[in-house]
Amino acid sequence: MNVAQSLKDATVAALIAAVLFVPIVGLVLDGQDLVTHLPRAVILVAVVFGGRLLISMGVQTQLGRPLRHAAAALEQVWSRVGDVAGGKLAWFIAGLLLVLVAIPFLPSTTNYLIQILSLTLIYVLLGMGLNIVVGLAGLLDLGFVAFYAVGAYGYALLAAHLGLSFWASIPVAGLLAATFGCMLGFPVLRMHGDYLAIVTLGFGEIIRILLVNMVDFTGGPNGISAPRPTLFGLSFGRRPEAGEVAFHDFFGLDYDSSYRYIFVYLIILMFTVLAVWVFKRLREMPIGREWEALREDEVACKALGINHTTTKLSAFTLGATFGGIGGVFFAAMEGFLNPSSFTFLESAIILSIVVLGGMGSIFGVILAAVGITLLPELFREFEQYRMLVFGLAMVFVMVWRPTGLIRPGRRAFGVEGNGHGQ
Amino acid sequence: MYILGQQLINGLILGSIYGLIAIGYTMVYGIIGMINFAHGEIYMISAYLFTIFLSLVAIFGIASLPVALLVTLLLTIAFTAVYGFSVERIAYRPLRGSTRLAPLISAIGMSLVLQNYVQLAQGARDQALPPLYHGVFRFGTASEFVQITHIQAIIILVTVVSMAALTWIINRTELGRACRATQQDRTMANLLGINTDRTISLVFVIGASMAAVAGVLITFNFGSFNYFIGFVAGIKAFTAAVLGGIGSLPGAMLGGLILGLSESLFAGLVNTDYKDVFAFALLVSVLVFRPEGLLGKPAVEKI
Repeated sequence: MNVAQSLKDATVAALIAAVLFVPIVGLVLDGQDLVTHLPRAVILVAVVFGGRLLISMGVQTQLGRPLRHAAAALEQVWSRVGDVAGGKLAWFIAGLLLVLVAIPFLPSTTNYLIQILSLTLIYVLLGMGLNIVVGLAGLLDLGFVAFYAVGAYGYALLAAHLGLSFWASIPVAGLLAATFGCMLGFPVLRMHGDYLAIVTLGFGEIIRILLVNMVDFTGGPNGISAPRPTLFGLSFGRRPEAGEVAFHDFFGLDYDSSYRYIFVYLIILMFTVLAVWVFKRLREMPIGREWEALREDEVACKALGINHTTTKLSAFTLGATFGGIGGVFFAAMEGFLNPSSFTFLESAIILSIVVLGGMGSIFGVILAAVGITLLPELFREFEQYRMLVFGLAMVFVMVWRPTGLIRPGRRAFGVEGNGHGQ
Repeated sequence: MYILGQQLINGLILGSIYGLIAIGYTMVYGIIGMINFAHGEIYMISAYLFTIFLSLVAIFGIASLPVALLVTLLLTIAFTAVYGFSVERIAYRPLRGSTRLAPLISAIGMSLVLQNYVQLAQGARDQALPPLYHGVFRFGTASEFVQITHIQAIIILVTVVSMAALTWIINRTELGRACRATQQDRTMANLLGINTDRTISLVFVIGASMAAVAGVLITFNFGSFNYFIGFVAGIKAFTAAVLGGIGSLPGAMLGGLILGLSESLFAGLVNTDYKDVFAFALLVSVLVFRPEGLLGKPAVEKI
């Protein structure tokens, strides 16, 4: 065991850590002065030194070897889980559904939990949409939040100006988002990879800037309110509006604020399941194959006679539709919209869900959406450190598993029995 | 007339800053084909480092302003370069051989980490640097004039000098040759004995240094900053790099200038709210007609 080398590595790491941490962490600007916080900088440097030393020595010692074997074994297990879950997807989803439908009716469930679950489901829905564009078609879209915003604001504005109800808004907002998707698709047809990325990023920012600045139309930074969904005309408020009947009055129940949350949650659940099913079917249809061909090799795609233009446009349009519908649910759930919910960070989060989950994988996207929405909730007490931990988690997961949590599998159709053919 | 002139000057300043930051994006993309989303945050960190070192230098009692500035500038560049190097080592090198999207997500994550790290360490409020120098050049009459402060003139000068120095390094030195070789064909460069890992780290260091220069200049010019300036500047600079043709050094500068000028002119002559919309619309229009950017090489599709 080479202690000298380990010490050298650790010292170098500590020196670099010192350069990084001592100025920014140790010397804090306060008006014209500097406030020294050297202890915490020293602690960070010490942690880096110690950590590097441990890792360097641990890998070499007797202790290190079984740990590495254990790590390798865990990797194996995880890959198996991915394969099995992908294969038995139907059972997994059925079981999950049972649990999800039951949760809101358990006595210990709070409104807050239902809201978190609703949000998670919306992210699954959005993830499915972006999964089409990025996961299947391989088109790097950094502005997906634009379609989300179009759906949400579309619902609010349609309800305000045209009096459309929630249920009528869903297809209309979806179509609106699809139109925007098409609009985005046309100029980017000839662009590849990273050029596509910046243009879609720009598109997302443009939509956000328009939302902030068209104050008369969208309420600007003050936001706009969105009406709550109704069940065949029954509203869920404590006191019904003029001309409406309240849900609890109709069924002779006492008013309970959770009815509204549960109602919205169940609707979102229903549509999310539908979206997952649609995604699964699309993936297996010729169009899904065309998207995956586009992702793998664009030139070969063209050589096979696949229409480049319609494939790309269909990917954008369908992905945008999912996004728009997700936006409608978000608006219905929150009741109030604000441009600050539709920043680039949202696009980045949704993209992370798709990439972390594994491109084109359903189970992976669901897992990643759950992780990304629920994990920050666990850290609620460390409110300040949430985003920092989130960023670190993103880097860590990508370094650990660059292809995503679930390896994208090739779905092939085999022939039963004798594999040699006739 | 004078308004136009003033907007042109503002545009030049803005364009120079964008260009300096865009160099980082374009060099990294040229050599390893990834978009370094965390580059904007490096720029932001350099602004903080500059102010911290300036305060330190003042505490240590260096009275002469030019000397203090020079020392601080060098310190800032050095420390920012270490940040650039570290980010590459931690977040990108392990992903060297993987798909295109993995480093991107890692970069976005790194960007979040750096933003929040600075926010937690230094506080979320705006920081300010007191104006240290007030000289201006004025052209025109007393009532209508075009002015450029000494500092702004220095910004343009420094940008030109930096660009020239960088171009010289890339084209005339062995280091530059290694960079170009690694950019063209990394495997072959490795076979020929070039340490590509070190070359790539060097590119990150150069990019970070350029961003540090931009950070110093902008802090000195505008005086205030916060932990979020990296994001906006990053997107703009990335747009500039793409506009000029990503992978091309003169393209980055050209893209920066065009973006800065058009943004400034639009803001001054039409409307400030929508200047970003205009900038992106400009980008899309250029890319539709020239998908590889203004000075980019048309992508040859290898079959």
